[in-house]
Amino acid sequence: MISYAECSARERLALIVDAGSFHEWLPPALKLTSPHLAQLGVPSSFDDGVAIGRARLAGQDVFVAAQEGQFMGGGVGEVHGAKLVGLFKRALRDRPQAVLLLAESGGVRLHEANAGLIAVSEVMRALLDVRAAGIPVLVLIGGTGGCFGGMGIVARCADHIIMSDIGRLAMSGPEVIEASHGVEEFDSRDRALVWRTTGGKHRWLTGDCDALVEDDITAFRQATIAALGQARPVTLAALEAEHARLSARLTFDGSEAVSLWTALGVPQAAKVPDLDVAGVSALGVH
Amino acid sequence: MDWQTLATQLFGSNHGIRRDGDFLHGDVVFDGQPLAVIGTTDHAPIGVQLALTQARAVLDMLAQHPGRPLLLLIDTQGQQLRRRDELLGINRAMAHLGMCLDLARRRGHRVLGLVYDQALSGGFITSGLMADACDALPEAEIRVMRLPAMARVTKLPEALLAELSESNPVFAPGVRNYVAMGGVRRLWEGDLAQALRQALADAPTDDQRAADGAARGGRKLAARVIHQVLAAD
Repeated sequence: MISYAECSARERLALIVDAGSFHEWLPPALKLTSPHLAQLGVPSSFDDGVAIGRARLAGQDVFVAAQEGQFMGGGVGEVHGAKLVGLFKRALRDRPQAVLLLAESGGVRLHEANAGLIAVSEVMRALLDVRAAGIPVLVLIGGTGGCFGGMGIVARCADHIIMSDIGRLAMSGPEVIEASHGVEEFDSRDRALVWRTTGGKHRWLTGDCDALVEDDITAFRQATIAALGQARPVTLAALEAEHARLSARLTFDGSEAVSLWTALGVPQAAKVPDLDVAGVSALGVH
Repeated sequence: MDWQTLATQLFGSNHGIRRDGDFLHGDVVFDGQPLAVIGTTDHAPIGVQLALTQARAVLDMLAQHPGRPLLLLIDTQGQQLRRRDELLGINRAMAHLGMCLDLARRRGHRVLGLVYDQALSGGFITSGLMADACDALPEAEIRVMRLPAMARVTKLPEALLAELSESNPVFAPGVRNYVAMGGVRRLWEGDLAQALRQALADAPTDDQRAADGAARGGRKLAARVIHQVLAAD
């Protein structure tokens, strides 16, 4: 078993897709770096923190992107964002069987915040163009940095999300919320609380992700293959159903995960944090 | 500018836009044609509730008034920073709002954004930045983070950030920086009704922001990188 979380972005790509099939576009040899980081005297990276290209998955043509959480926290800057936008635009043109996004990001990169903010919305629009063409977009979340901010929104624009139990999916990081409203609101050092609120098990139980897997590259690969060919068209009926599902959550009056799970009908909700992935998966979506 | 002054200048004193909490909504008549208005005020934090309230209004428009143009009035301090909202999936609720607006565009609704006061981060990504075109008033404020906070988080000297922000629009707050980068198409100056008329007439339906940013010199790389990806072997 190889830990997905401990792999780099390129290691994940190499192991998720069919062996040797990844062909990178705009590879590090092109030295496409962020001029904005250079201007600030901050070290840059020859891929600006994201690898993109084409590959095969179970023999099918797919386009792939993987964010490197070890570089600027996977933050979206101008070049990074444009590589993602370009990948989705190319998918719209070339029609692969799916687009895989191995997301690990804190969201907008503050050093180039305006470009990052605009870029995230450009990614959303380009992604939704791809979905409108019937090409499924699959997001994998299992890096130690999680998937936050604008990328947390992007992830929820996709057809499918595959998460490990140590993956996190949310908007604002717990540190930001603690800084804004105090440690009573969100104690960012309480790891159990952080994972109950944003981690893979919680997102599985509430249906915010579509598959919950172990922190294992092979498990991610198998879940991704299983999701191939399952486009979910964005229709008015689909958005009405989504709206009803999200509106129902507002009847819950609280901010503690175990209480929410109980309210949703999860049996023995208090024991969820102690269950393994198979045990939580078996509980189903509520 | 406060929303009532804006609404009155655009649609007259009987504009019909109502305020429920921080949520603005109404169906107005502009140049003899119906126009849907959805927005927020009082620097509203966008939590799950307010994202869904706006999404509900978009879905109702889609069902009841096919093709009706939509004006988004934007004034937000960004996403709600609460544990409850994170627990309930605020990122999913915001994505839902963005997807409702995106579907409206696809179904032929002209969707315009107007930042009339302030627009920050997550509250902006799934509203004005998902419109066909987003414009702003010249006195509006758009930012991710103020420079002192940015200096703390990035551990860079504030003086350096302030100096560089004079020549590079990429990180500093300011509506003109967003114009230079193509994120905001234009500023509404002078006759606001005429500006709205023009926006309704000439908003693009495809995403031209990277090209605009390159043409205006504020975001020189994005369009080029997108092209490189399309052309790569």
